[in-house]
This record gives sequence, structure tokens and C-alpha cells, in this order.
Amino acid sequence: MSTQVSLEERFQARIDAEQKIEPKDWMPEAYRKTLIRQISQHAHSEVVGMLPEGNWITRAPSLRRKVALLAKVQDEAGHGLYLYSAAETLGISREELYNELLSGKAKYSSIFNYPTLTWADMGAVGWLVDGAAIMNQVALCKCSYGPYARAMVRVCKEESFHQRQGFEILLTLSKGTPEQRAMCQDAINRWWWPSMMMFGPNDSDSPHSAQSMRWKIKRYSNDTLRQKFVDMAAEQIRVLNMTLPDPDLRWNEERGHYDFGPIDWNEFNEVLKGNGPCNRERLAARRKAWEEGAWVREAAMAHAAKRQQQSVQSH
Amino acid sequence: MANHSEFPLWEVFIRSHGGLNHKHAGSLHAADAQMALEHARDVYTRRMEGVSIWVVPSAAITASDPADTDPFFEPAKDKIYRHPTFYDIPEGLKHM
Amino acid sequence: MRDFLLLLADNTQILGHRLGEWCGHGPELEIDMAMTNLALDLVGQSRNYYQYLAELEGKGRTEDDLAYLRDAREFRNCLLVEQPNGDFARTVARNFLFDSWHFFFLQALCNSNDERLAAIAAKSLKEVTYHLRWSSEWVIRLGDGTEESHRRIQDAFDHLWTYRGELLTPAPFETEAASAGYGVDLHSIKPLTEDKLADILYQATLRRPEDGWMQSGGKTGRHSEHLGYLLAEMQYVQRAYPNSVW
Repeated sequence: MSTQVSLEERFQARIDAEQKIEPKDWMPEAYRKTLIRQISQHAHSEVVGMLPEGNWITRAPSLRRKVALLAKVQDEAGHGLYLYSAAETLGISREELYNELLSGKAKYSSIFNYPTLTWADMGAVGWLVDGAAIMNQVALCKCSYGPYARAMVRVCKEESFHQRQGFEILLTLSKGTPEQRAMCQDAINRWWWPSMMMFGPNDSDSPHSAQSMRWKIKRYSNDTLRQKFVDMAAEQIRVLNMTLPDPDLRWNEERGHYDFGPIDWNEFNEVLKGNGPCNRERLAARRKAWEEGAWVREAAMAHAAKRQQQSVQSH
Repeated sequence: MANHSEFPLWEVFIRSHGGLNHKHAGSLHAADAQMALEHARDVYTRRMEGVSIWVVPSAAITASDPADTDPFFEPAKDKIYRHPTFYDIPEGLKHM
Repeated sequence: MRDFLLLLADNTQILGHRLGEWCGHGPELEIDMAMTNLALDLVGQSRNYYQYLAELEGKGRTEDDLAYLRDAREFRNCLLVEQPNGDFARTVARNFLFDSWHFFFLQALCNSNDERLAAIAAKSLKEVTYHLRWSSEWVIRLGDGTEESHRRIQDAFDHLWTYRGELLTPAPFETEAASAGYGVDLHSIKPLTEDKLADILYQATLRRPEDGWMQSGGKTGRHSEHLGYLLAEMQYVQRAYPNSVW
């Protein structure tokens, strides 16, 4: 018992001293579990996140947009892969993680349960959804768990073109025909509030936050990051000559930040429970890909085994 | 979803320019070495990150134990005579 | 020259488009990413051809006008590349049949007397060398994998074989291109692609389907029904909002 206490104290002391925790280091079981939950949710979000944007690859309106979107969605696969690898260093396999996703047990970011209805959504998703994600991810580059932090550094490096890509799409639309401008505003209207929800519940209602902050898995609170996001978007929207759908949005001189209106947490909770517009479609698509890929993966393994056998025999 | 079809894990090392060491880039899953090499190319060198790739089955890596940190690495700390700054040379002596 | 360039551009554009349909739905993340790389290479190649053609035309048209504002009857791609993805085996077989032709075709095109074409071919050849390797290895894995994978990839070849003939049968504009020196003599690459095919099918323990009736018509704009749907999707935004910048 006393050794356990001292192990935990030493662990916390290392974290307080900004030392990174590596896979083979001793760590409290709760730290391991929290990380597996958070990293795998993050990985699932990347992989499910391929679907709403993948929805427009075949309809991208120019060849330049088509290759950019393909490359972007491919990056998301890569990010999922880096993150699954980081989770795997904690002693869980990718297949186990997939099973948790496909069985509906694991969560992923609710934002991807909203539909992408027009081409402008590719812009709004890039600008707002990736913009919000980057706020979180930059903070995670300094997370206490080494493999997670390193994965996030790579993700952030690659992610930098995503938001620009989205903003450029919106900017082009905002300078276009009346239909294009309407399409642009409509997409911003639909993606704004769900993006705000991406930062999670208010700090006062966020059950895991305090411990995660102590462990430096989380470096900034939900509300801090959300505020940063609002301040960024409120400035950038002017370049687009569009508006954010929040009548309460205004600069607060005293706080040095933008004030904003209340978030509909009821909607957030319903989407989280599975009642978003696309929850079922997203999971069904992932299940289909995984199940229909089973024979391919089995064949590759069977072939590799045969090859191995042959090379053993020929020696 | 049988376990036997899960591709094993590989570690990827990439040389970013000629003359540099291979450096650990990350991991991936593949059925065999050839596939691992190609997946490494498709996953880790999409932005011209490399000129050479090594892949190693993760299971083949033997790592030092964090519990051995002291006996492994502490003894090097006081061997300062291995570093050039340990030695006094007259000021103005060049090319040394 | 126009039809010949369109053949090259449309082949790569349509196959790239088909591979793009896989993005997010592959059998495993790594394989998904590999297929997207193929798609990106091919769409990139098609842009080079479209851009060249647009310059040659000198009518102020762009690569996008060529890709998005022509109807199915004006597309010059082979029937093979517009065939739906089907299962992974169908996609692999389709890609292999195309790659094992494309590779040798580009090798020959590097000797084109049109410098620009030769340069595009040389750049594309590097990419396609990898494509051929990728699809060859998957044909072998699936052929010599499990009973199920063997059956699926054999079915895929049986199904697609009828589209293979068109790759090696020159349309009039190809014959003209070859004799003018900027194109490729398809007869000269036939033995090379046959050898490659035989070698890979052998390693994959697959049976070479019978050379029966071969479908044709893609190169002169008589396509399968699939292309219309592909283009309806691909061209929808450009067609619904004409004269807009995207």
C-alpha cells in the first residue's frame, strides 16, 4: 500500500516537473485508462471524420479542389493511424479499439454526426471544425504522455493546410455569385454551433477535467479553448463578409474577449446519445468497410504465412 | 472479427536526407515486411519526409527497462573526461 | 492530337475518380491511404494532359472545362476504367489490368517526339511503376491467399477480361498518333504486357481467362452505362451553377 502511494507520488512529481511518461514507465491504472479512452476517441473521430468530407470527393467542383480534398481526407486516415498507434503503446490492440467503436461502446466527436449538404460544407468544416480541432490539438502537443504528444506534433504539422483549405473554399464562395454566397452563409450557420460544442461541456459540468488537468493530459479547460476559438472566428468571419449565427456575439472590452450566446446542450446530449442526423449512417459505413475488408485482411495474412513457410523450407 | 486476421505491428524508421541517421517515425500494421515497407511509404513519406525506410516488427525490438534507468545511465554522468571541455588548453590554440 | 490527349487524360481522370470513391471505405487504414495515393497520382496525371490540351486549343478553356463540361459521348477513356469498384478484388484486378498496360504504354510514350508529352510520360512513369507493383502484389496476395480471396479475384478477372482487348486495340486517332511519332504503337507493347500478365497470374495461381469477345467503344465515345452516372456525380456542381468560380 505504501509503495503504491509512493509510486503515485513519484509519478505525479514527474508530471509536475514536465517530464514525459513513456509506455514502459509505471503509471496509475486510471491514467492508462483515461488515456486509452481519450486517444481512442480521438482516433475514432479522425476515422469517422473521413466520412462527411469523403461524401464530397466525387463531387468536388474543380480538379484542384478534388486533389486537395482527397489529400485532406487521406490525412485524416493517417491521423487516425498515428493515434491508434499511440493508444496501442498502452497495451490495447487496434482491433479491440475498432470493436469498441463498431459496437457503439466507444464515442467519437459528435460533430461528424452532422450531414454535409452542399459544397460549401467542405469550406465550413475545414474552417470551423478543423479550426476547433486544431485548438485542442495544439494544446495536446504538450500532453504528458510521450507517444500521444508526439502523434499530436505530427498531426498538427499536417493539419495546418486543412484549415486554410477550408477558408479558401469559403472565401472563393463569398466572392462568387449570389447563390454561392447564400450557400456559404448557410454552411456557416449550420456548422457554427456544433463546432462550439466540440470543446465539450462547460468546465463546471465536465466530470473528467480536473484529474486530466492534474495529469497534464489536458492542458487547457474546455471553456478556455472555446473562448479562444470564438475570438479567432469572430475576427476571421469579417474577411468573408459573412456573419456568425449568434445575435449575442460582441466584443467585450473589459474581458478582452468576445461574448457569445448560450449553447444548446440539449442538442449536444441528444447527438451524443445517438440521435444526431447521421449517427447511424456513420457507424454503418465504418462497420461495412470493416466487415467487407475482413476477407482481404485474412487473405493477406494467409499469404504472408505461406511465404514464411516457403522461405523456412528453402533454407 | 477473428483475431488471427489482425495485421501485426511494425515500427518505421526514416532517413530524411542522405547522410542522416534513420529516425523512428511511427508505427503501422501490415501482413508482411514488403507490405510494411509500402505502407510506410504511403503513410509516412507523403510530404517528402524521406529518402530511405526501415521497417522492423515491433515484437523484435528489445527495450531497456525504465527500472534500470539508474544502473544503465547514471554511471555515465560523472565520466566528464569523455567530453572535450574537460581538458584545459591554452587560449589562442587553434584547430583543436 | 486532341483525341489522343483526351484518351490519356480521361483514362487517368476516370480511374482516379473511381479510386477516390474508396477513400474512407478501405479494408484497413493503411490500404485506404495507399489507394488514395493512387487516386491522387492519377488525377494529377490527368490534369497535366488536360492543361496541355487546353493550351494547345488556345480557346481559353481550362482543365476544369475539359473535365466537367463534356458529356459522356465526348469522353475517350477505355471502358475498363469506368467499371464500378465492386469488391476489393474487382478493384485490384481492374487496376492491375490497367497498370500492366499503362506502365509499358508510358515507357513507350517517353520516346514521343512531342517533348511535352514525353516529359509528362516520364513523370507519370515513376508513379505508375509503383502502381503496377501495388496491384501486382495484391493480385498475388489475393490469388494465393485464402480460398475465398482466390475465388473473388478469379471472378474479378473473369468479369473484367472482356474490357482488356480495348487497351491494346488502337482507335484510328491512336494509329495516326503512332505514325506521326507522338503516340505509341500498341502492337509493340502487347508482348510486354502479356508477359507481365502471365507472370503475375502464375505467381497468383490464377487461371488466364479465355480471350473471347472483347468489348470496345470507349475510345470513340460509346461507353457503358456506368460512365453517365459517374459524370452526373462528378460534374453536378459545375453543371448546377454554371459560370461560377470554385
